[in-house]
Amino acid sequence: MAIDKNSTGYTFLFSIAMVVVVGTALAFTALSLKDRQDANAADKKMIDILGAIGVDADRSNASDIFAEYVVERIAIDLEGKQVSSTKSPVNPKDKTDPFSIDVKKDYRSSVKSAAKAADGDDAALMAALADEGLTFPLFQCVTDDDQNLFVIPIVGSGLWGPIWGYIALEDDMTTIFGAKFDHKTETPGLGAEIRESFFTEKFKGKKLDVEGAALFSVLKGGAATDEYSVDGITGGTITSKGVDEMMNRTLKVYLRYFQSETRAQR
Amino acid sequence: MSTETAAATAKKESLFSKKNRRLLSDPLDDSNPITVQVLGICSALAITVQLQQAVIMSLSVLFVMIGGNVIVSLLRNMIPDRIRIIVQLVIVASLVIIVDQVLKAFQPDISEKLSVFVGLIITNCIIMGRLEAFALANKPGPSFLDAIGNAMGYAWILLAVSVVREVFGSGAISLPGMGQIKFLPSSWFMSEGGFYENNNLMILPPMALITVGIIIWIQRSRNQALFEEN
Repeated sequence: MAIDKNSTGYTFLFSIAMVVVVGTALAFTALSLKDRQDANAADKKMIDILGAIGVDADRSNASDIFAEYVVERIAIDLEGKQVSSTKSPVNPKDKTDPFSIDVKKDYRSSVKSAAKAADGDDAALMAALADEGLTFPLFQCVTDDDQNLFVIPIVGSGLWGPIWGYIALEDDMTTIFGAKFDHKTETPGLGAEIRESFFTEKFKGKKLDVEGAALFSVLKGGAATDEYSVDGITGGTITSKGVDEMMNRTLKVYLRYFQSETRAQR
Repeated sequence: MSTETAAATAKKESLFSKKNRRLLSDPLDDSNPITVQVLGICSALAITVQLQQAVIMSLSVLFVMIGGNVIVSLLRNMIPDRIRIIVQLVIVASLVIIVDQVLKAFQPDISEKLSVFVGLIITNCIIMGRLEAFALANKPGPSFLDAIGNAMGYAWILLAVSVVREVFGSGAISLPGMGQIKFLPSSWFMSEGGFYENNNLMILPPMALITVGIIIWIQRSRNQALFEEN
């Protein structure tokens, strides 16, 4: 008896078999390539962090150069208390290594909605995130001329999707040494320009306004800027605002750490 | 004995018969998926800024196209009619995910530049079109040739457009694993005090459309089969 390939029973069986086969094949592929992909992601992260302190690296030498410049990796909590720190070589598989803190994932899962609800109110944001147990990574680097730098990863939202970057602060904890931004899906030629050097160059030498209402401002195109602000991207207003928002929100956490006693004692 | 050999040759010949050879050659010119059928334009416009991206994209499409066509052709008598589009979609999507994972592992930088366009191969009309129109009704051998033909038809347009755009837009040519090779000494560029400036328009998406348009124009003026009446 020939099987009726258009019967409902056969259709169901075919679907089930297909899903099992496809699922197995994909799971196998994903698992067997995961190590390589993770290593690539870790290299990329190192290249970005080094980029914020103005050191060029590529995939072949990223981990060596990273080990040379980044002397200590610190994890702090929302209140600015140090949770852990390590000076040992980076092990991307070690989940307790501050290097492995996935700030993008934290942002997606809890910070994003809380930040939106708090709307720039830092106290409200702290209250909302108090129980999340979030940690924030900080990378202490030493340049060729023995200058201490602190690299802070930041994540936020642009117009279409996530934007992120790294801010390098000088030893005084208020002067910006360098910045690097990237994005996933911002508009090419407009918001996407945040990754270009003409934009990131503007951050160099600017200061964080520790006393003021906002730590730092990315202003709407054309406005006069002072030492606490930069000119945003014309036509990329919402992306520029996203940069402004993620800088202020994240740097406040680190500022609490810098001003705390643990830091002063060191 | 002789009949067996004859049958074997007949079978072998049938794979490269005139009809089957047309499966390979037609999509390159007379029924090119991009310039004649105007399918798959989205990725052709988006990832032709550099040759290396176009090469990787072409290889990805070639793999998905061959895999999809052959698998669907092998299963053509088993796939229930009512869910055939879903089945095709699942097959194509799985192949694309595999390609994406492999690129992430072995070509992370290019994978990043191609970004969503690898995933968008799933919705590339060329692939679904060939599965539905050809693989469902033909044996694996011809389907395999049809896949190569169409993928190459897609690929050569992509490569041609990206060579034009990269040479005139960046003054360079890049190949996977070799990086970008610049033609002009950097002292010639205006930023270094020289006289030459890259044509930024070539980098922007509209120029891809214009380049594809010029290829269509040349092709239509030369190919008798594409002359339209009136």
